Amino acid sequence: MLEVQNLSVSYGQSSVIESLQLSIEKNETLAILGRNGMGKSTLLRALIGILPARTGKISLNGMELTKNESHERVARGLAYVPQGRGIFPSLTVEENIKTGLENAKDHRVPDEIYSLFPVLYEMRRRKGGNLSGGQQQQLAISRALVSNPSVLLLDEPTEGIQPSIIKDLAKALNEIKRLRKIAIVVSEQVLSFALDVADRILIIEKGRIVHENLRANVDAKKLSQYLSV
Amino acid sequence: MAETSTLFTTLLMQGFAGMSLFSVLLLMALGLAIIFGQMGVINMAHGEFMTIGAYTTYIMSTFAEAHGFINQYFILALIAAFAIAFAAGYLLEYLLIRRLYKRPLDTLLATWGVSLVMQQAFREIFGAREVSPALPEWLTGSYQPAPGIDLPVSGLMVLVLMLVVTFGVWLMMYRSRWGIRVRATTQNRVIADAVGINTKRVDRITFALGCGLAGIAGAAFTTIASTGPTTGSLFIVDTFLVVVFGGAASLFGTIASAFTIAQAQSGLEFLMTGSMAKVITLVSVVLILMMRPEGLFSVKVRK
Repeated sequence: MLEVQNLSVSYGQSSVIESLQLSIEKNETLAILGRNGMGKSTLLRALIGILPARTGKISLNGMELTKNESHERVARGLAYVPQGRGIFPSLTVEENIKTGLENAKDHRVPDEIYSLFPVLYEMRRRKGGNLSGGQQQQLAISRALVSNPSVLLLDEPTEGIQPSIIKDLAKALNEIKRLRKIAIVVSEQVLSFALDVADRILIIEKGRIVHENLRANVDAKKLSQYLSV
Repeated sequence: MAETSTLFTTLLMQGFAGMSLFSVLLLMALGLAIIFGQMGVINMAHGEFMTIGAYTTYIMSTFAEAHGFINQYFILALIAAFAIAFAAGYLLEYLLIRRLYKRPLDTLLATWGVSLVMQQAFREIFGAREVSPALPEWLTGSYQPAPGIDLPVSGLMVLVLMLVVTFGVWLMMYRSRWGIRVRATTQNRVIADAVGINTKRVDRITFALGCGLAGIAGAAFTTIASTGPTTGSLFIVDTFLVVVFGGAASLFGTIASAFTIAQAQSGLEFLMTGSMAKVITLVSVVLILMMRPEGLFSVKVRK
């Protein structure tokens, strides 16, 4: 479904992602783990087109996206939940969700969203900036989901979220995969969350993949060694 | 008793003169606030788009006089003024502005250059002399609600036009899909693109819309004064003053600010010379901005 070949990304002179290969299939959740500054966010930002690829190729369902702008990638089936959630603070909850409906025929918020996240229905007339972190995360996921993606990218969704809410978030992601059978790519530092959602786990260090395993075969102790400081 | 009523009517008519100035200023400032507020582009040629609207109205009136539909032409002129200014704005964004988005000072210089070129072009085409379109009969004359009070119909029309356009802008910004796109892009351009909004298209059309609004301001302006090649440039400073004073990206702030500045200006003109009135208005605005640099009504966002 999503194929990444030989991808390199740099900030100015310094290279952050080096010749990275990656592929993900339908109905699969891939967790990308790594410490701060190892290139997780950079990888996702390059996938959605916020950062340009220096070399390599990104393709989705056989269509190459490397030269496309972000909104064109969204139209082709990628969706993105940014780090820090990226809610539009002075738009209402409903308006925030509607920003994801650019390519939809029906411009109303689908019922599915409000049944997945009922609190958003109650808050739909409130400003996005007034929501709690957990509610904003639900909002950011909803905004991404309404574009009907085949691949959903989430950049550190647990960052700044209370531990009790993190469990709910994992449940929601698993529910989304069950309902939509889409591919999900999530970058994370919290190992327990990654183990709750992922079918496959990648460890990234200095822009390279240093470890890859199916969740079933994962040795949590060995993984945490990559994540501890 | 008679004296109080004379004073009252004088004040009322002075206030009305302020309202006409307020209307034109607001029509100009709405477009500029959208462009400056959304894109951070300082468009020094905004006044020339107003002039385009005014000359369009003049051409339409000449044509209407020759073909005998002078009573209907003004509505058509408004539409044409908007359409032509919109098209010119679209072209300017495409050819120039979009290449300079990350360089605000260069944009300022470049648009100033464009304004000079446009002024010279107006001079070549229409001559240096000021022109006035022939007004339809229904726009001349005045309305007298009470003896001694004399309100020009053209002023009333400008007032109504301003209300309609302001309401239209509000609808567009806060009650339409287009408005969601514009506000999302203003708040976070990168994320807006990453959730699927074509932000470059939003920029282009928003810029063109702002210019179109200036065109409408120009058409309205012809009913209260005559048009020359530099008419627009005389308005640009006041318009920027309105936008900065009101706080960019705040519709309500722009309205309140246009009202305050226009009323202060025309009210003071009644008591002293025009230049002194301008000086006092400017100094007051500078003082207030020193205390509130973000403008009267800035949008507060949680960062």
